[in-house]
Amino acid sequence: MTDLTKYNYVLQHADNCLILGQRLGEWCGHGPILEQDIAMTNISLDLIGQARMWYQYAAEIQNEGKSEDDIAYLRDAWGYRNVLLVEQPNGDFAQTIFRQFLYDTYSCYFYEALMNSSDERLAAIAAKSHKEALYHIKWSGDWVIRLGDGTEESHNRMVAAVQELWSYAGELIKPNETEAKAHEEGYGVDLSAIKEKRDAKIREVLTEATLEVPESTYAHEGGKDGRHSEHLGYILADLQFLQRAYPGLEW
Amino acid sequence: MVLDKEYILELLQNVTDPEIPVISVIDLGIVRDVIIDEDSLEVVITPTYSGCPAMLEIEKEINNALKKKGINEFKITTVLSPAWTTEWMSEEGKRKLKEYGIAPPNPTNPEDIECPQCSSKNTQLISEFGSTACKSLFKCNDCLEPFDYFKCH
Ligand SMILES: [Zn+2]
Repeated sequence: MTDLTKYNYVLQHADNCLILGQRLGEWCGHGPILEQDIAMTNISLDLIGQARMWYQYAAEIQNEGKSEDDIAYLRDAWGYRNVLLVEQPNGDFAQTIFRQFLYDTYSCYFYEALMNSSDERLAAIAAKSHKEALYHIKWSGDWVIRLGDGTEESHNRMVAAVQELWSYAGELIKPNETEAKAHEEGYGVDLSAIKEKRDAKIREVLTEATLEVPESTYAHEGGKDGRHSEHLGYILADLQFLQRAYPGLEW
Repeated sequence: MVLDKEYILELLQNVTDPEIPVISVIDLGIVRDVIIDEDSLEVVITPTYSGCPAMLEIEKEINNALKKKGINEFKITTVLSPAWTTEWMSEEGKRKLKEYGIAPPNPTNPEDIECPQCSSKNTQLISEFGSTACKSLFKCNDCLEPFDYFKCH
């Protein structure tokens, strides 16, 4: 019988990677300068690679003969388990940077902790992804500082980005039922244990960026359980079109 | 046909990374093991970066290289752990990279990157991200040429 908790746990992280990777991919050819266009698509590629490791494992746990592609391409929005943060629109460069920074501060500490998972496969995925996450946070953190502590224009845009996205920071580290159970069973990460480190990192970078850390702790949530914002449907329409229109099509 | 590990490794020495054709899968350190048990053969590989699109090509190339020599019974297995690191790159591989114009990874001092054209250490990072996942972009302040750096990972 399928371990449904583990399947959903793996799916949550697979979907985070895929949806954020897809969002970043939208920047391809539209970046503010060539080097940053390349940076965003590189990170996108890393995330999609990570998504594949997660989906492959999800398919094995599910054990219904489905492939990683079936799981990615043939579920509807309510079947997706990603956090609401990653489906938020790119907005301007500042907004993309801050969305990435919030994800990276979470994923660095999440993967660091998951390396100690009792599940060997999860520990292996974590070790591989953690190296890449460290590279990502260096990039997004540097940009938060550069824009925040930059010109009046870039500072104002960062302020707006923080305001726009802050309410999506909480969901990342607030365990849902699946995560709580996964932690109980020894293979999942205790999110309360990484919260402090994550919050400290956010504070450190925002302070250096001359940005204020918002006091509000209000958090939009629901993505992890399949309740999404209106944005996800549009993302999936783009992402899944080919497989929906031409089932089984290959390059 | 009697399979010999040395022979297989030699064959794989001719399989190169499609993005950096001077360096082989052995030099890169992505071939983790060649397991021969009687007449069964298993080649164990590990991905460089999780999203590296070259991995699929590399698997095909390994496949072709073996078949070309009449070896038809084998499997190629991908392992994730331990995660690939540039520390597995051979000295020979690093030399070839430099010759090709890519600065090899420098784990002892990642701040101190030598220009592959003129060997000056007066160089500067332009972008953490380069033309492929494994490289970042540098510029030499002496000969003024831009160059790729194969970053430590
Ligand atoms: Zn030079």
